[in-house]
Amino acid sequence: MERLVPTPSLGVIPERDSGKPLILDIHGLGIDFGGLHAVEDFTLLIGHTEIAGLIGPNGAGKTTVFNLITSVYQPTRGVILFDGYDTRGKRPDEVCRMGIARTFQNIRLFKDMSVLDNVLVGMHNHVQYSMLSAFLHTPSYHRKEKEARDKAMELLSLFDMQHMAKWQAGSLPYGAQRRLEIVRALATEPKLLLLDEPAAGMNPAETAELMQNIRSIRDRFGIAILLIEHDMSLVMGICEGIAVLNYGKIIAKGSPEQIRNNPTVIEAYLGKQEA
Amino acid sequence: MEQMKKKLHLGKTNREKVTTFGLVIALYVFVEILQRTGNLSNLMRGQLVPICAYMIMALSLNLTVGILGELSLGHAGFVSIGAFTGVTVASLLRPVVSQNWILFVIALVAGGTLAGIVGFLIGIPVLRLRGDYLAIVTLAFGEIVKSLVNNLYIGFDQNGIHFAFLHDTLNLAEGGKKIIAGPMGATTIPKVSTFLAGVLLVLFCLYFLYRLLGSKMGRAIKAMRDNSIAAESVGINITRYKLTAFTMSAFMAGMGGVLFGLNYSSIIAGKFNVDLSILILVFVVLGGLGNLRGSIIAAGVLTVLPELLRSLRDYRMLAYSIVLIAIMLITNNQILVQWWTQRKKDLKNMFTRLRKSGQGGEG
Ligand SMILES: Nc1ncnc2c1ncn2[C@@H]1O[C@H](COP(=O)(O)OP(=O)(O)OP(=O)(O)O)[C@@H](O)[C@H]1O
Ligand SMILES: [Mg+2]
Repeated sequence: MERLVPTPSLGVIPERDSGKPLILDIHGLGIDFGGLHAVEDFTLLIGHTEIAGLIGPNGAGKTTVFNLITSVYQPTRGVILFDGYDTRGKRPDEVCRMGIARTFQNIRLFKDMSVLDNVLVGMHNHVQYSMLSAFLHTPSYHRKEKEARDKAMELLSLFDMQHMAKWQAGSLPYGAQRRLEIVRALATEPKLLLLDEPAAGMNPAETAELMQNIRSIRDRFGIAILLIEHDMSLVMGICEGIAVLNYGKIIAKGSPEQIRNNPTVIEAYLGKQEA
Repeated sequence: MEQMKKKLHLGKTNREKVTTFGLVIALYVFVEILQRTGNLSNLMRGQLVPICAYMIMALSLNLTVGILGELSLGHAGFVSIGAFTGVTVASLLRPVVSQNWILFVIALVAGGTLAGIVGFLIGIPVLRLRGDYLAIVTLAFGEIVKSLVNNLYIGFDQNGIHFAFLHDTLNLAEGGKKIIAGPMGATTIPKVSTFLAGVLLVLFCLYFLYRLLGSKMGRAIKAMRDNSIAAESVGINITRYKLTAFTMSAFMAGMGGVLFGLNYSSIIAGKFNVDLSILILVFVVLGGLGNLRGSIIAAGVLTVLPELLRSLRDYRMLAYSIVLIAIMLITNNQILVQWWTQRKKDLKNMFTRLRKSGQGGEG
C-alpha cells in the first residue's frame, strides 16, 4: 500500500497523486435539514487515483455527503472543488458530465429495462448522433449504436455479466444489481466514482470478489474512488485513506492502520461493530 | 430454465413493430375492399378519417402518458389548435393551391407546428409539476384553449387576413370570407382529408415513435420514467428531454387535429373539450401505457363499437360501458394475464417439440 503524504491544505492523499491537482477538494461543507445539522464542517481531499473510504454509524450523514457532492442537495455552507472546478449551482446531470458518477445505497436501476440498456443509458452523453440520423437510421446511427453496444458489453465483462445483457435489470439477483449499478456508473466515463455501500447484502465470497473488482477498476481506468461501507474487511482491505463521520462531523482521518487504532473511532463506531 | 424466464425478449420489439405496421396496412386494404364492393355503410364510411385521427391522438398522448409517464388531461387543447390552424391555413390557401394533397400537407405542417410551439411554451412551466398538479394544469389548459377559440374570429378579404376577439369586428370587405366565427366555429372548410391520408399519417406517427424509442433519446426517456433520480445521476438532462417529448406529443396531436378538422365541412371549438381529452386517455389506458399497437387497436375498436351497437338503441351506451369495463378487467387481471402467458408458453413448447420430433424423423 502506498505511503500517504500531507497536502498543502491539511489532509493526506497517496504519494503518487501528490504532484497532480486534487480530484476532490471539499472544505467546510455543511447542510441543515430544518434544525438538524446533518453534515457540519466536512473537509475531505482525494487524490487522482486514490481509493478512499467514508465510514461511520447509521445516520452519521455519509449518504448526505454523496448527495452534496453530486448536487442532489445544495450545501448550506462550504465549497466542493472537483478537479479544480466549483460544483456549486450545478444540476446533478451537469455534475455527472463533469466526471462524477455514483451508485445508490437503495439500488436505483432502470428496473424495467434490460441490463444492456441500463449500461447504454449510462453512456448517453458519449453516444453521439443527431436525432435526424436516428429517425433515418443512417449508417452513422448504426455504427455509433454498435460501437456503444460493444463498449457496453466490454464494461459488463468487467463483472462477468455479458451473458445477462438481455435480462431485465429488476430481475437480477441482488449482488448482480449492485454490480450493474457500478457498471452503469462507469459507463459515464467518470474521473471520480462514488460507491454507496457496494457490498451491502453480499456474502463474504462476493465481497472478496468485489474488492478485487474495485481495485482493478481503479487500476484500469486510473480513476479515484470514494466508497461508503460498513463491511470493515472491505474498507480496511482496499482504502488508502479513510474518513470517519459521526453525527455529521468528521471525527478521524487517516490510513486504515491509524483508523483501526484510533480510540475515538473505536468508541464511536468500531467498538460497537466488533463487540 | 430459471434463467430463461429472466430473459427479456428483445426480438419482441422488432416483431411488434412489424405486426403493428402490418395491422394498419391490412386494415386499410380490408376497408378499401369493403368500400369497393359496396359493403361499407355510409355511417362507417364517415368514421374512417376520424378513426385515423383518433389513432394519431392516442399515439401522441401515449408518448406523454405512457412513454414519458406524465399525466396530461388537456390533449384536446393541442388537437384543437391543430384543427383550427389547419382549417385557417387551408381556407386561406384554397384559392391559390389547386391540388388537394398539397393543401393538406401544408395545413398539416402548419397545424402541427403551432400545436408544437404551444406545447413547448406550456411545457416549460407545467413539466416542473408532478402527478396530480400536472393533470389539473393541463386540464385547465384544454379548457382555456376551448374558450379562446370559442371567442376567436378570423376572416379574409382583398385587404388581407383579419382577426378579432370576443366580438365579430372583422368588418370584411365585399367578397370577403369568414374562416372562424367564434362559437359558430369554422363553417366553410375545404374537406381535403382522405382515408388514405389518414392511414399514411398513422403509419408516419408509428414510424416516428418506433424510431424515437430505438434511439438514445428513447432510452433516456424510458430511463427517466423508470427512475428519474438515477437518470439524472448518469448525466441525463431531465427537463430537456421531458420538454422535447412533450413538444413532439403536442405536434403529433396537432396533426391529428388537422386531419380531423379537414374531414368536416364545419367544426366548433366546443367539440374539443374535456370529454375528448378523456376519450383519448381511455384509448391510451385501455391499449396499454407505452403500447403503440394497443393505442391503435383501442382507438379503432372504441370508435367503431358505438356504431356497431347502434341496433341496441337506448342500451347502446350501457353496452359500451360494459365493454369498457370488461376490457379493463381483462387487460388488468393478473390471473387472466398469467393464464394467457402460460397458454402461450405451452403452445410454443408444443411447436418446438413438434419441430424437434419432425427433425428427428428426417434424420
Ligand atoms: N432529505 C432529508 N431531509 C431531512 N433529513 C434528512 C434528509 N436526508 C437525510 N436526512 C437525515 O440526515 C441524517 C444523515 O442521513 P444519511 O442518510 O446521510 O446517513 P448515513 O450515514 O448514510 O446512514 P446509513 O449508514 O444508515 O446509510 C439522518 O438523520 C437523516 O434522517
Ligand atoms: Mg447511507
